[in-house]
Amino acid sequence: MSKIIEKSKVLDALQIHKTLRRISHEIIEKNKSLPDIAIVGIRTRGVYLAQRIQANISEIEGVELSLGALDITLYRDDLTSIAAQPQVKETDLNFDLNDKIIIIVDDVLFTGRTIRCALDELIDFGRPRAIQLAVLVDRGHRELPVRADYVGKNIPTSMTESIEVRVKEVDGCDEVVVVEVVDG
Amino acid sequence: MVDLNLIKEFTWSRKHLLGLESLEKIEIEHVLELAKSLKEILNRPVKKVPALRGKTIALLFYEPSTRTRISFELAAKRLSADTVNFSVSSSSVVKGESLKDTGLNIEAMNVDIIVVRNSSAGTAHYLSKNVSAGIINAGDGMHEHPTQALLDLFTILEYKKKISNLTVAIVGDIAHSRVARSNIYGLKKMGARVILCGPPTMLLPEFKNLGIEISYDLNRVLECADVLNVLRIQKERINESLFPSMAEYREFFGVTRDRLLKYARPGLLILHPGPVNRGVELSPDVLDKGLIKKNIYSVVLNQVTNGLAVRMAILYLISGVGGKVEAVD
Repeated sequence: MSKIIEKSKVLDALQIHKTLRRISHEIIEKNKSLPDIAIVGIRTRGVYLAQRIQANISEIEGVELSLGALDITLYRDDLTSIAAQPQVKETDLNFDLNDKIIIIVDDVLFTGRTIRCALDELIDFGRPRAIQLAVLVDRGHRELPVRADYVGKNIPTSMTESIEVRVKEVDGCDEVVVVEVVDG
Repeated sequence: MVDLNLIKEFTWSRKHLLGLESLEKIEIEHVLELAKSLKEILNRPVKKVPALRGKTIALLFYEPSTRTRISFELAAKRLSADTVNFSVSSSSVVKGESLKDTGLNIEAMNVDIIVVRNSSAGTAHYLSKNVSAGIINAGDGMHEHPTQALLDLFTILEYKKKISNLTVAIVGDIAHSRVARSNIYGLKKMGARVILCGPPTMLLPEFKNLGIEISYDLNRVLECADVLNVLRIQKERINESLFPSMAEYREFFGVTRDRLLKYARPGLLILHPGPVNRGVELSPDVLDKGLIKKNIYSVVLNQVTNGLAVRMAILYLISGVGGKVEAVD
């Protein structure tokens, strides 16, 4: 049995709140035509971060952006080799993606493989004008040429460590912690 | 609707889908939940996901089929699997090749899943003992038709938001029906009250042993049913006279608009597995109208759409991608 040991809390609820505010401002700053933007969260926790960014932009600029949710399970390249069966949930994109600027939101950017899945899935829905990426944490160790346009916090990690992003909608609290997986 | 926390813990472990009799309630719920997620794919501009890329699925149909075969084939293609079709008339079965040999030969071509339909009960079970590919039962004689029952359950859940404590009546030729048997197992496991209704010659009293009620009066049944699953009179399986005439059958057990207006409860959902004998078990005005009155719906074509989603879920689970599959049936 492997154990998970919590090592340190890197972001608390207030810091997450401020970080998402900053990312929202950066999105506004970078994109001239806000109504062309749609925010798409990757299940599970990216969806809640996407909702908060959308709410922030609505509050700051008074523009209600389209919001969607992606489940990338069926696009994974490791479906045949993973031991635990991931729960497939619904992808929900109730708007026309063609010519939109899509901002993908995820909690942690790691190998980049999830983002590759998300890109493939999005393109099955249409041809967006551009796709950008926003993540709360970038922990490094990329295996594909993927980079984020908006990064909440860079947290260098070792391969035995893992980042857990907790959001109150799923986990009951907002925090980001570094955990270590130990065998024995 | 379904306890999500329970499902998170659950991992599908079956290599074959032979019938609903052997499935646990949580497995049925898992299939229905997955089908709900997969149904969205059917409305995309590109109706395809790469989940089963590289998998091969053989469709081995010894009996005629429109819906089930096309549905399995499309379901496989929506998941990016390759399909091979096998129909009896153009195969070596006419030269006398046995089921086992046919299965072994298909397997020798590295097929991952065999979907089989045959007029003999137990065909899928027999094949699962003799080949190592995953076997999906698409109807074995008068025994079971599990994916039909799963899509019926899915449709009921979609419209009624629950299955437990609903009164579901299965009407018509129960004795010859594999759809009825699979539905009975599925509905009982999901906590529904099941009433069987039909002429006594098509409704053996032994069915009571399955813990269900029996009625010979459709009007009484309509007064308490939330869901009506109307079965086809299976002329191909009936070789003796079980009722005097089609006209008489229609008189007593035909689901007509007039009968529904007079007896049915508001909210009644009408299902039929197809193909329909128009004007026998279902009148055209019920079949084509959809909404009869006060929320009385016939949803026969919605069942067909849902069948695709349910079969995608079954193919995904049986293929073993995204999870370890042990040799359990």
